[in-house]
Amino acid sequence: MDFLTLLQVLDSTIRLATPLLLTCLAGLFSERAGIFDIGLEGKMLAAAFFSAAMAFMTGSVWLGLLAGIAASMALSALHGLASITFRGNQLISGVAINFLASGLTVLIAQAWFHQGGRTPSLIGGARFEQITLPFALGPMDAEAAGLPLSKLIAQAGPLQQIYSEVISGQTILVYFALLCVPATSWLLYRTRFGLRLRAVGENPAAVDTAGVSVVGIRFAAVAICGVLCGLAGAYLATALQAGFVREMSAGRGYIALAALIFAKWRPWYALGATLLFGLLQAVALRFQSIDIAGIPVPVQFMDALPYILTVVILAGFVGKAIPPRAGGEPYVKER
Amino acid sequence: MAAPPTPAIELKGISKSFGPVKANKDISIRVMPGTIHGIIGENGAGKSTLMSILYGFYKADAGEIFIAGRKTRIPDSQAAIAAGIGMVFQHFKLVENFTVLENVILGAEDGRLLRPSLAKARRELQSLAAEYGLDVDPDALIEDIGVGMQQRVEILKALYRHADILILDEPTGVLTPAEADQLFRILDRLRSEGKTIILITHKLREIMDITDTVSVMRRGEMTATVTTAQSSPEELAELMVGRKVLLQIEKAPATPGKKVLEIKALRVIDADGIERLRSIDLDLHAGEVLGIAGVAGNGQTALLEVLGGIQSATGSIKMNGDALDLTGRHSGGRSRRARGIAHVPEDRQSEGLIMDFTAWENTVFGYHRDPKWARGPLMNNAAIQTEAKAKMERFDVRPPNPKLAAKNFSGGNQQKIVVAREIEQSPDVLLIGQPTRGVDIGAIEFIHNQIIALRDAGKAVLLVSVELDEIMALSDRIAVMCDGQIMGQGPAASADHIGLGCLMAGMGGADTQQMQGWHISAAAKADPAQEPAQAAGSH
Repeated sequence: MDFLTLLQVLDSTIRLATPLLLTCLAGLFSERAGIFDIGLEGKMLAAAFFSAAMAFMTGSVWLGLLAGIAASMALSALHGLASITFRGNQLISGVAINFLASGLTVLIAQAWFHQGGRTPSLIGGARFEQITLPFALGPMDAEAAGLPLSKLIAQAGPLQQIYSEVISGQTILVYFALLCVPATSWLLYRTRFGLRLRAVGENPAAVDTAGVSVVGIRFAAVAICGVLCGLAGAYLATALQAGFVREMSAGRGYIALAALIFAKWRPWYALGATLLFGLLQAVALRFQSIDIAGIPVPVQFMDALPYILTVVILAGFVGKAIPPRAGGEPYVKER
Repeated sequence: MAAPPTPAIELKGISKSFGPVKANKDISIRVMPGTIHGIIGENGAGKSTLMSILYGFYKADAGEIFIAGRKTRIPDSQAAIAAGIGMVFQHFKLVENFTVLENVILGAEDGRLLRPSLAKARRELQSLAAEYGLDVDPDALIEDIGVGMQQRVEILKALYRHADILILDEPTGVLTPAEADQLFRILDRLRSEGKTIILITHKLREIMDITDTVSVMRRGEMTATVTTAQSSPEELAELMVGRKVLLQIEKAPATPGKKVLEIKALRVIDADGIERLRSIDLDLHAGEVLGIAGVAGNGQTALLEVLGGIQSATGSIKMNGDALDLTGRHSGGRSRRARGIAHVPEDRQSEGLIMDFTAWENTVFGYHRDPKWARGPLMNNAAIQTEAKAKMERFDVRPPNPKLAAKNFSGGNQQKIVVAREIEQSPDVLLIGQPTRGVDIGAIEFIHNQIIALRDAGKAVLLVSVELDEIMALSDRIAVMCDGQIMGQGPAASADHIGLGCLMAGMGGADTQQMQGWHISAAAKADPAQEPAQAAGSH
């Protein structure tokens, strides 16, 4: 594998890791506050559809993004209502949200667009553009040089190659997702809100007796979770791909949950974990047919690889991951 | 002439019900500033409920609260904190994987960012430590420090919020005697600095040691408030236990036979490292009921569990001369049953029954491997059901419908199912804990008669109950437990409430000497002012 191929895989890693990272951080906020959220998948899917639909109808990707976030937050509110207000079972509520999103998106897509449960392809301003960072080689340079961009990059020096291929040329959501990591870390460990959020996931009674509303903190956490899932879903439909197709979240919500456990519910570890899962997906995409010792490996195996490794990593390499102690339990006041 | 000082807290006519249960009935109390006010009463007397109302956890059905003379509404903890009330709960409300400092500032941060709050709290903690002798490492994680330290953190939390009134709910329950001494020194210091302290406990010794005034609660009512110095442990014991109408039980004098169980130097240290039993020596004979009296949580549960084979212990237990296995392995209960030891656990709902299972299923648990219930590799459900129906009729379980889930029976009938299951095996030894807790009068009588019938059949019964009247009515011999030790034992015939009450509180003294034929342990101190016995490892 040559250097440029490696860079292309890394570039693809970042693009594929972005929705995982956003979703993983979404789960982190929710679970750190003691609300297990298996409905990340459903929220992402709903956000993907509504962002694509809105972007297609208005031609504005930003309005699409808002619609995606709104859809995801609506489901978050449902989850919050079921699991915080009515103290229901968080897993069941999450599963219900997944089913709801899976069915509704296709149904509405078919009703609105008549394309077999997908939205029409998004073009122009209805998609997130790739941003060329300063001093990086971008489409403009390629046009000026009269060469395809990939050729142009291939001719550049290794530093410029890394900069232009991997770091530059991503959409704004990628950079935003990466910024979310230090932001989450700061919020969690340096602010009053973060202290209370972590406390509410460990021992809500301590927060309650300290005179702080457990319900308020948990709803805030679930709302942040909704926003981040909305971003992830919008990224899928309007940046990574050009439009919504049925079940396009493809288990990413679950992989993000796995990454969250792998990351031991910590923001920087979450970045590492999701990049690893992104790399697995990128490798699977890039090397669809390879031979190992002369035996061709089926495409299906390569596609399944990230999922298989998810299981393997979780089973064997996580070590001791201690979830937030009050996770999954509705808070009932007792003396 | 100076006007009488305004009470720091005054409660007027507080009532609170949970469904049909009246936890607090028209309670009024005045707590003077700069004093330590004890509230004493048995478990379930309503002490904690009252304090939870004061801390805004529950809303009283009726009544008024005055703080420093001003009528105050306390709808939530926030309001209680604002009114200057701090509470140290029996089960600490700390975040285990946070540092001491983080726990202290939680909910009382000074701004959106933590750094300045933490810095300020660090300074404040230093001055509080100097002022009250409350030294704690501010950077230690809660899970790494002992319970005594954790309790200090709770007190510091309250002081950091500028509490003038400190409520401590059973503060010594989890402490070693040395830690308890330290706590009392701290409380003394706090009092001399003008703080008002409410100490909730069921331990008479603590009340006598440290309080200025004491209020006694019994069955949701405040029965008396007295000045500690003018009272005596005997008086308080009587007020606490009360003189309930004796349940009369027709029984012939016991005819004790040979020694069935011989317990020697039994010692239990539980998973939390707390010594539950300290060198227990007891004998149990065929044809007698041995009653274990004591305030709940003084080791009776551990004793039952060791005998029942579900808790590990050191020391020895011999049954008819053969040593029993004390490793407490999961099959322990099964091997005990095979030996003829039946166990009616203290908590029927979590240990005696599976609430979602039917009555007939519940009537065979523990004995379901008996070949008579087998049909090849399967269970002979029809036979079990027929037998269950017969058992339920014999034990007057209402309704006598074996197909009803256990949770659908009333407390008394649930207990009858458990008792029927164990007694019908005609065990050589019956261990029975709190046989009539939450059981209606009719069922109490029935269960009591069954216990006596078993005794008369020449079997041995070990009865654990927090109801002194029950112990006195059923037992032939009584042993009193306090703090994991036997404080005294002797014939039931010569026992009286007051003497037993003193022993339950860990005290010997004149009243216990009057009980004829009683052997009073050296651990029961004659002088209530003395420190609790340091009995750990003294066998």
